[in-house]
Amino acid sequence: MSNLKLKTEGDTHVVVTRRFAAPPEAVYRAHTDPKIVQKWMLGPEGWTMPVCINDAKPGGKIRYEWTNGKGAGFYLTGEFLELQPYNRIVHVERMHLPDPTPDNHVETRFDPEGTGTLMTMRMTLPDAKTRSAMLATGMEQGMEASYVRLEQML
Amino acid sequence: MPYIRYYLLMSRTLNLDTAFAAMADPTRRAILARLAKGEATVMELAEPFEMTQPAISQHLKVLEDAGLIVRRIDGTRRPRRLAKAGIEAMDHWLAMLRKALEKNYDRLDEVLAAMEPHKKGKTR
Repeated sequence: MSNLKLKTEGDTHVVVTRRFAAPPEAVYRAHTDPKIVQKWMLGPEGWTMPVCINDAKPGGKIRYEWTNGKGAGFYLTGEFLELQPYNRIVHVERMHLPDPTPDNHVETRFDPEGTGTLMTMRMTLPDAKTRSAMLATGMEQGMEASYVRLEQML
Repeated sequence: MPYIRYYLLMSRTLNLDTAFAAMADPTRRAILARLAKGEATVMELAEPFEMTQPAISQHLKVLEDAGLIVRRIDGTRRPRRLAKAGIEAMDHWLAMLRKALEKNYDRLDEVLAAMEPHKKGKTR
């Protein structure tokens, strides 16, 4: 089952929503406890996160390092700005590839929905160009073009 | 949380930088969306944009160089259409990206299911 939704908003925002069966408190903890983060924020199959620093307090540091075990790796650093247990996290992050990408400002909300949680993550990139470059554009018309194209092939 | 790492990583891995750079422009995205509906000439493509044909031709060249569109010769006409291989490469990439995002949250679903349901948040 997947109910991930990813859309762009305005020129510089990306909004991701996802529903979870667990209540906001649990989802919030899964984002702020490094031992838990390390278990799921891994991306594609085969990648691990040997270093996971997640100091969930205002001004606290974030550092995630990933490796595919075959010599490829990259890392992310960031800082927490605001935390409101158990419904809101604001942080800033940047990737190091190894050059740092422009800062991505992220607000993550966890709203109760029934017995579960609706997570809404709103990313703000410094400008439209950065968002396009980072998001690889495909999310908008490009993706639509891909899908229309796909429909034609089916 | 940070999704963008996969976009960057994968776009580098798959060498799609040129294609994505080509798509970073709204006019070029609109051209692709138009071509997704079927082939079109430069004149037809220029129409909705209030741009000169040379300006549109410049955008078409960028898209062509990126392998996203191709031209066909039809008498004096040179209609453009989407390039199957280029679009498929992007489809593939987007599918990988989406898979990576979904993978994270599917894993989180499992982690959450394993957490004690009514345990109050422990102090950090």
